Amino acid sequence: MLLSILPQVLVDGLTLGFMYAVVALGYTMVYGILEFINFAHGEIFMVGAFVGTEVLLISDSLGVLQGMNPFVALFLTLIIAMIFTGALGVLIERVAYRPLRSAPRLVPLISAIGVSFLLQDLVRFTEALARNEFYLNSPTLFSGAIPLGGNVSISIKGIIVIVLAIILMFALNMFVNKTKWGIAMRAVAQDQSTASLMSINVDKVIMLTFLIGSSLGGATGVLFAQNYGTIDPYIGFILGMKAFTAAVLGGIGNIRGAMIGGVLLGLLEALAGAYMGPLTDGAFGAEYKDVFAFAILILVLLFKPEGLFGEAVKEKV
Amino acid sequence: MALLELQNVHTYYGGIHALKGISLTVEKGEVVTLIGSNGAGKSTTLKTICGQTRAREGKVFLNGQEITAMKPHEIARLGIAHVPEGRRIFPKLTVRENLELGAFSVQDKRTIQEGVERAFAYFPRLKERFNQKGGTMSGGEQQMLAIARGLMMKPKILMLDEPSMGLAPILVEQIFDIVNELNKEGMTILLVEQNANQALSVASRGYVIQTGEIILKDDARSLLANPQVREAYLA
Ligand SMILES: Nc1ncnc2c1ncn2[C@@H]1O[C@H](COP(=O)(O)OP(=O)(O)OP(=O)(O)O)[C@@H](O)[C@H]1O
Ligand SMILES: [Mg+2]
Repeated sequence: MLLSILPQVLVDGLTLGFMYAVVALGYTMVYGILEFINFAHGEIFMVGAFVGTEVLLISDSLGVLQGMNPFVALFLTLIIAMIFTGALGVLIERVAYRPLRSAPRLVPLISAIGVSFLLQDLVRFTEALARNEFYLNSPTLFSGAIPLGGNVSISIKGIIVIVLAIILMFALNMFVNKTKWGIAMRAVAQDQSTASLMSINVDKVIMLTFLIGSSLGGATGVLFAQNYGTIDPYIGFILGMKAFTAAVLGGIGNIRGAMIGGVLLGLLEALAGAYMGPLTDGAFGAEYKDVFAFAILILVLLFKPEGLFGEAVKEKV
Repeated sequence: MALLELQNVHTYYGGIHALKGISLTVEKGEVVTLIGSNGAGKSTTLKTICGQTRAREGKVFLNGQEITAMKPHEIARLGIAHVPEGRRIFPKLTVRENLELGAFSVQDKRTIQEGVERAFAYFPRLKERFNQKGGTMSGGEQQMLAIARGLMMKPKILMLDEPSMGLAPILVEQIFDIVNELNKEGMTILLVEQNANQALSVASRGYVIQTGEIILKDDARSLLANPQVREAYLA
């Protein structure tokens, strides 16, 4: 029995893990450049989930969703949510962070927490006004499962989340490593003032970082709504925390670290959730899976404070 | 009209008055050197030219256009290449990527490729190290990369801040040879050095800066012969 659920547990873990990974990218990219933890990033993810769900709900009520190819529908939903959250991220940076760039570090952090609350309340308010409730059920585009023989099967929507997350991460990797602006982004992360001597507009690179990180977060929101069905204005908090944990686990500031940290965390969590209860005879059930995830994080940080793939912290000269 | 002109520039770091009315000019095709001891304000002068620190008073002109209040990336785009003190190459980027960033403002792919070829001609070591991370190279190689990176934008003027610092004598020799060679090809250079002897032997004119003020300016040969300079900077 334990083994027969393994494929589904792995798919669940990977689904969750890839979502953590893509959201973690937003934390890690911004940190890499500004050494600032954008606590509002979890809420960007949440806004993406709501924008995507609203797009689907509205097109459903207009009758355009029926008969549309679900892949096309998902693609369009993703694009709209990514544009919306990308723009939102840029706006937040411009309004809430940039004016504080030379302030002590704690100040923009507080500002970010303020933005988090603001976004939660704005979404709650808007939905309550428009729909009389702020819990939304997303129309599901994909259902069904792939049988793997016996009574083992894996869900299609999980596979779709994983495949899309991999595509997004691959695209980001190409951008950062192969394009002119991607190289400029890495240069700004290493040495802003020297980057500006190369004719690089540092403010523009920072904007681009928020644009990309936020649109990735928004896209993950859409995938989350598809995978879990129900969303509320507070889903960004826990998922954001976990994604941030994943970024730290991989080594904050390190893009590849965030990807691997996310997947690892998701897998560990799913495995812990499924097997901890049976293996401990019910002493520690699935409800301890979060504790388990954070215990792993603490262990890793005890032995490798810079994270699995981070570099030892050097004081900037 | 001078290619680069500073008029009575004052720069502060908070309450520290680092530049107290610097005026200097660099004509097209010249090598001009700015010499002075530690803390005199040499780097601050270059940083003020390229916008990294702001002149609170006074003006900076490039080709007659005032650039005093522009941002560093805008000034760089106008054709001022600054090879900063301590090289400041991007350690986690490869040599190739460092060079490509030097040409960030250049749109034409062919021009960039030609720039890379030129860098290889000047600094053959960079060709061997092309795909290696900048931070893994020796100090001398990093200095070569920093200069090569500065040249990638085909600048109107190249500003070098103590390029010989921390290098073995043979490498110092090489760096000054390259300054000479670049100048023969028409490059205008503003060279900051503590190594006054070498700097004055490649420059046509020189300025001596002391605690934020220009205390002497003359053609390089006269400065080399000047007893005051000999005592303070060539001893
Ligand atoms: N970031 C800074 N903050 C405060 N003071 C500074 C800063 N940078 C330079 N100074 C001060 O300004 C003055 C000029 O410094 P600058 O770096 O221009 O000197 P320098 O001639 O380049 O010296 P060196 O040969 O040591 O490089 C010095 O007194 C220095 O202490
Ligand atoms: Mg200096």
